[in-house]
Amino acid sequence: MTVIVDYGVGNIFSLRSSFGTLGEEAAVTSCPQTVRQAGRIVLPGVGAFADAAKQLKRTGLAGAVADAALSGTPVLGICLGMQLLFERSFENGVHQGLGLIGGSVRPIRESAAEGLKTPQIGWNRLILSQPVHPLFRFLKESEYVYFVHSYHAVCPERFITARTEYGGLLTAAAAKGNVMGCQFHPEKSGPAGLKILKAFCMMQRGDFVC
Amino acid sequence: MITKRIIPCLDVRDGRVVKGVNFTGLREVSSPVDLASFYSDNGADELVFYDITASSDGRKLFTEILKKTAEKVFIPLTVGGGITCTDDFRRVLDCGADKVSVNSGAIADPRLIEKAAALYGSQCVVLSVDIKRVGTEYRVFSRGGRTDTDLEALRWIKQAIESGAGEIVVNSIDTDGVKGGFDIPLLKAVCEISTVPVIASGGAGRIEDFIDLFNQVPTVDAALAASVFHFGEISIPALKRTMAENGIPVRPMTGEEI
Repeated sequence: MTVIVDYGVGNIFSLRSSFGTLGEEAAVTSCPQTVRQAGRIVLPGVGAFADAAKQLKRTGLAGAVADAALSGTPVLGICLGMQLLFERSFENGVHQGLGLIGGSVRPIRESAAEGLKTPQIGWNRLILSQPVHPLFRFLKESEYVYFVHSYHAVCPERFITARTEYGGLLTAAAAKGNVMGCQFHPEKSGPAGLKILKAFCMMQRGDFVC
Repeated sequence: MITKRIIPCLDVRDGRVVKGVNFTGLREVSSPVDLASFYSDNGADELVFYDITASSDGRKLFTEILKKTAEKVFIPLTVGGGITCTDDFRRVLDCGADKVSVNSGAIADPRLIEKAAALYGSQCVVLSVDIKRVGTEYRVFSRGGRTDTDLEALRWIKQAIESGAGEIVVNSIDTDGVKGGFDIPLLKAVCEISTVPVIASGGAGRIEDFIDLFNQVPTVDAALAASVFHFGEISIPALKRTMAENGIPVRPMTGEEI
């Protein structure tokens, strides 16, 4: 069963509905024990990194997600949920993340041309890394997904599974073994997004070696 | 490269879609849920739901309609109308809205933008501004375009961005409902000062109006329209094809089922 981690941040309604459309019962939970036993974990999130990280830790969900990830449970972080998978963020200071993927979260503006608007809001094309990550196996070569973000992950090349061009190349998706993240919102990316969630639903614990 | 967004706006009253021509003379169109699904399947990049009467009579939004839509439609949804406090944000965000647009509510309480941005993030705070020329000035109007607030529009927009607005919808009262094209001079002026995405609204009548908009104001991010889409005067697939032929980046239609 897929579990959506509810820690008071993010558009959980749309996420649950999109899994429902795919025929996947997704349970929304704020219980660490349920997260530890989940077949798959989705970590959503919008808003400020520091608040979200604090909330995750306070509720014991940070530890539960990390334990499950280390035991091989497929984890998908979305938007801020993806950013939380990294070691740290430089959003309004320096804040610790879950550290499941090596790298940090930095302002788009640092990688982008002068005068670029932030947040990046809108549909942009995914440039998939080769070989194509299993999460994107149903996608065609050129698909557009919906982004809303002012920060992105800066991490080693080997973790980057997709990029997008916005004044420069930004990290659109990253993965390390069973821990995956999408900076964009698959639950808001029409058919392309549903294909990504469908691929995630087919992943099992033990499909990856951490 | 980020694409230019095409956004149908569904003005909702009593659970039905309506469109005001110069904000008067309401005509009924269709069920919001059906219309939203139709648009999502036909290449709309985003949808806006406005409760157009809410700011005048305080009517609350129909969250059931919103929920039903968000259960079926997997593109971004913005909700506006009658948003006066952060509780209003919570109410619609819980029902599947991704962004909340504030207009009169932010004029009445300018701290609303700051408070909502702190709670839910700038990315979900959209400032919608109804603007009309008064003398040589662009002036902000409130209450569905009925009341002159004496606020100078560009100054108001700047202030809202500093407070945390993540996106600006510029609705020109002068061109709204006239179908003679977008308000290019106004949009140029707003895009010059805006550090966040700008959505053009008011005046679309023909496909060429959209082409003119994106060619003459290359920094505008999206175009919003209602009746031309609702009455089938412009089909979004045809619009996007013409945009692409004119070198304007668009999200192509996929037309596929999952």
